[in-house]
Amino acid sequence: MTSVEKRIGTAANFVDERLGAAGWVKKSLNKVFPDHWSFMLGEVCMYSFIILLLSGTFLTFWFDPSQRDVIYNGAYEPLKGLKMSAAYASTLDISFEVRGGLLMRQIHHWAANIFMAAIVAHLLRVFFTGAFRKPREFNWILGILLLTLGLVEGLFGYSLPDDLLSGTGLRITSAIIQAVPVVGTYITFFLFGGAFPGVGFIPRIFTLHILIIPGIFLAVITIHVMLVWYQKHTQFPGVGRTETNVVGHPILPVYMAKAGGFFFVVFGVTAFISAVASINPIWLYGPYTPGQISAGSQPDWYMGWLDGLVRMAPPLETHAFGHTISWNILIPAIIVPGIIFTSMALYPFIESWITGDKREHHLLDRPRNVPNRTALGVMSITFVLVALINGGNDILATNFDLSINQIMWFSRIGIFVLPPLAFIITKRLCLSLQRADRELLLHGTETGRLLRLPHGEFVEVHAPISPEKAFILQSHEQLVPLEIEDVDGRGVRRPGALKNKLQRRLSKAHAVSVPKVSEQELKEIEHH
Amino acid sequence: MKQLSRYRRHKAAGPLLLICALLTIGTTFSVASATVKQSQTTFARSASIEEGKQIFLKGCSSCHGLNAEGGAIAPSLIGVGAASVDFQVGTGRMPMADMSTQAVRKAPVYNEDETAALASYVASLAPGPAIPEESALNYERDGNSAQGGELFRNNCAMCHNFAGQGGALTQGKYAPTLMGVEPKHIYEAMITGPQSMPVFSDKTITPAEKLALIKWIKAAEAEPNLGGATMGRIGPVTEGLLVWVLGIGLLIGIAVWLTTRAR
Amino acid sequence: MSNELTPIDSSVVPQHAPRATDTNPVSEKRAEQQVAILFTLSGIGSVLLIYSYIFVAKDVFIFIPVMGNQNAQQLGIGLGMAMSLFFIGIAAIHWAKTLMPDKEIVNHRHEFRSSDEDRAELVHTVKEGVKGVQLGRRKLIKRSLGAAVGLFALPPVLLLRDLGPLPKKQLETTNWKTGTRLLTDPGNRPILASDLEVGAVVQVLPAVEHEDERPLSDIAKDPVLLIRLRPEDFQLTPEKLAMTHEGIIAFSKICSHMGCAVALYEQQTKHLLCPCHQSTFDVTRGAKVIFGPAARPLPQLDITVDSQGYLVARAPFNEPVGPSFWERNSQ
Repeated sequence: MTSVEKRIGTAANFVDERLGAAGWVKKSLNKVFPDHWSFMLGEVCMYSFIILLLSGTFLTFWFDPSQRDVIYNGAYEPLKGLKMSAAYASTLDISFEVRGGLLMRQIHHWAANIFMAAIVAHLLRVFFTGAFRKPREFNWILGILLLTLGLVEGLFGYSLPDDLLSGTGLRITSAIIQAVPVVGTYITFFLFGGAFPGVGFIPRIFTLHILIIPGIFLAVITIHVMLVWYQKHTQFPGVGRTETNVVGHPILPVYMAKAGGFFFVVFGVTAFISAVASINPIWLYGPYTPGQISAGSQPDWYMGWLDGLVRMAPPLETHAFGHTISWNILIPAIIVPGIIFTSMALYPFIESWITGDKREHHLLDRPRNVPNRTALGVMSITFVLVALINGGNDILATNFDLSINQIMWFSRIGIFVLPPLAFIITKRLCLSLQRADRELLLHGTETGRLLRLPHGEFVEVHAPISPEKAFILQSHEQLVPLEIEDVDGRGVRRPGALKNKLQRRLSKAHAVSVPKVSEQELKEIEHH
Repeated sequence: MKQLSRYRRHKAAGPLLLICALLTIGTTFSVASATVKQSQTTFARSASIEEGKQIFLKGCSSCHGLNAEGGAIAPSLIGVGAASVDFQVGTGRMPMADMSTQAVRKAPVYNEDETAALASYVASLAPGPAIPEESALNYERDGNSAQGGELFRNNCAMCHNFAGQGGALTQGKYAPTLMGVEPKHIYEAMITGPQSMPVFSDKTITPAEKLALIKWIKAAEAEPNLGGATMGRIGPVTEGLLVWVLGIGLLIGIAVWLTTRAR
Repeated sequence: MSNELTPIDSSVVPQHAPRATDTNPVSEKRAEQQVAILFTLSGIGSVLLIYSYIFVAKDVFIFIPVMGNQNAQQLGIGLGMAMSLFFIGIAAIHWAKTLMPDKEIVNHRHEFRSSDEDRAELVHTVKEGVKGVQLGRRKLIKRSLGAAVGLFALPPVLLLRDLGPLPKKQLETTNWKTGTRLLTDPGNRPILASDLEVGAVVQVLPAVEHEDERPLSDIAKDPVLLIRLRPEDFQLTPEKLAMTHEGIIAFSKICSHMGCAVALYEQQTKHLLCPCHQSTFDVTRGAKVIFGPAARPLPQLDITVDSQGYLVARAPFNEPVGPSFWERNSQ
């Protein structure tokens, strides 16, 4: 035994005699994680979060979250002598007087953007592969919670510097809260500490941004990851992979080295982008005052789709009995997002109701094999993209010689027409991919070699595919519609006929798929 | 020299040499043409109204009318002043290339000489804003950049964006970028209000304030990219694009490499 | 429902072909060297960071194609940091991929549902426990508990009351009063009607006691945009026309949609555009909404001139400025 091993042994003994952790740790170190690039997206989220904690802490050492007026007298010449809030002035100081401060600010902001992008990418992966199905519905809901929290945390974060752009964002935020019937005006005055922009909002969102929300984040992320650990990771179908096992590399040493290394990679990439690309150049925006505005005032991309929805809303207000209800704000900024996030959170239960499938699932779907779900996903992406395009309509207009009015009308119509179109196209695409799989299974791949048969006909030689690939191509389940009778066995009408009808219809639509290759067909092929 | 000749056959040598040659030629030419321009300016001052009228009849009257009284597709030029002509013709906006949304900035059709003649002709029709004297444009000496920034954000940024990069107006019109615009032309635009742009009178934005504005714009133009590549200084849209393309793209690329088996 | 056919036994993990580093000592040696080089690159990055932090002055700029003039210190620290982090990661991953054992192993899953006995036992325990509380029997305790918890929920909400003042009439009023002078913003100079040519705009604020100390909450509702048109361009009702002065018309600069500053005035079309959500207002028709999500025209300020000829407000705004709110009487 070497001296190193001896020392480790002593330490391990010390811990185990007090915690009795050997059994659990031994089991954990043999925990298996399957390999697939898309399984790393969740890790990008977690690592960006750690980067955000580190860089954010650095920024708090200098940031002064106050709306108190100061006269700027720092290093940045074009703003010298101007009245501004202490929050804005201290952000300028971080950028120009603290060495590496601007870099840290940019790391923090880029990491936030990467965090949100990775959350979205991770969510799409989980959705399209059906990883949210039983028993992972809780984790899906936690994920939606993290996404929603991320939106709020991001909005608060980029609002803190109190520059002209973020102030404009807060102006819009306050108008949204103010539009809430009955209590809106009061809530705005309480939140902002008076009439907009008030005196209290920056310090208050600072506390939320650096303490409360990160605290909730930390707790939810911990549960999220612990559930993945406890429930074990899903895996793609393949030879040797079943619903009752998980195949991959153990934590020690391979996974630990790879995942640990990947943290440094994510941090390195974020630092690289922050070194070469500017983000949120607040010194160019100027300090916030409500009387000023810049052309092309946009939120960060993850709020951009909401802004796009607000832009395309119809000019509707109800004026009655001395009160005003702003539908042009409530619908795009509160009602539609509310419906979207709620149905997203409930989707696992909706799908299991439609399919009647209450079993556990640990093998992932190939998106083409569940055409309805995949089409629904692409439809949602299309919806958000149309809204996002409209959110940047002025930037698009100037850069591509278009008119904002054209883009607005395109989005107003497109938001209704394009998502259903995307649904239909995706569903058909999935079905033809299924057909292609079937062809591949039955006839193998085209080799490009031509063969002349004795009677003069030319045929292309097909090579059979590998057994591993063949296994994957027919590992999925044939979707079958639910059989729901309106009358039960004794001829009595069941309650909820309308609900049954809806379920039957949805189930039928969900189960549309190409028939799988049967055993007989496969045997016939082998005889050829 | 020996060391240099070693790189003679390097594959980058050709292109590098070409770039150097082009740079030399370009610099020489621009210095030469600058001197020519200067001598022309003095000459241009004495250009006659008659000469301007001849140019006008040939190049402008088909739209603006034989007496500059305006027509169906073009406004009257009576009373627009020399500053307006100098701006519109000097930035190449007039004569217009196509009549679609708005006159775009392009290489001027008339030289300084002819522009000055045109300006003096139009100025002779009725009084209007005059071309600012060069001595009145000493923004470096007389301007205050911070004050200019505040004026800019109050009066200009809503159309031209926070950094003077331009922005969208309605129906495909746009406020152009202010980068690379001559101080004289910025000044003229403010006092004449070309096309969609409103007029900023000397009484409401004083000449001193106008110089402050120009100083700020010029400072923004010259400002180094303090935080890295700026991607157009147009706000979060390009930032979001970069996150998805470079950030997530790069990370997914590395994740693919990470999860494939080594051979 | 299960897989109909299994052409190969699915329970067997296929044997992995060995990697080059498993069989060839030369490859193994090379991989080891590569990892070492990657770690060294990381070290170089750290040195670059330290060097840039200490020895590169703050005001040194270097020109880099595509990126333009860059601050050398910022770039040095950033690239150094990126290198030092990135190459540690790449080295660790390369090490794991090429040299660490790459044999996959199998874990088994168990169904998450507990055994029937456990579930029955849990139900029993819970039932016993609830019975012990006796809430069903002790109605008095149940009711007083409900009341106490209900009351307890109130204080936390009440304690937040002092976050801000009550709205009162703050959203309905501005600093524009009868006779308030219009001052340029910035500059705070009074304006003569003759100061504006046709096609001119001015951003103005009301004259108040301390013009240099306007609270931002005033600037959030007071700004007004002054525009001069040819009087014949107006298509206004007589009342609204009477609120103009010699072709000069004044609108609240705060958007009636979400409160952004509406100040994009197109002199030729006489349209005002809000850069936030593209609501477009027609100035000739009293800032009527002709495009976009805004539902109400911009409030118009009644203006005239005082004895010295300076522009003043003839009356306060006759409706609240800015975005809508529940208490707003918009009829």
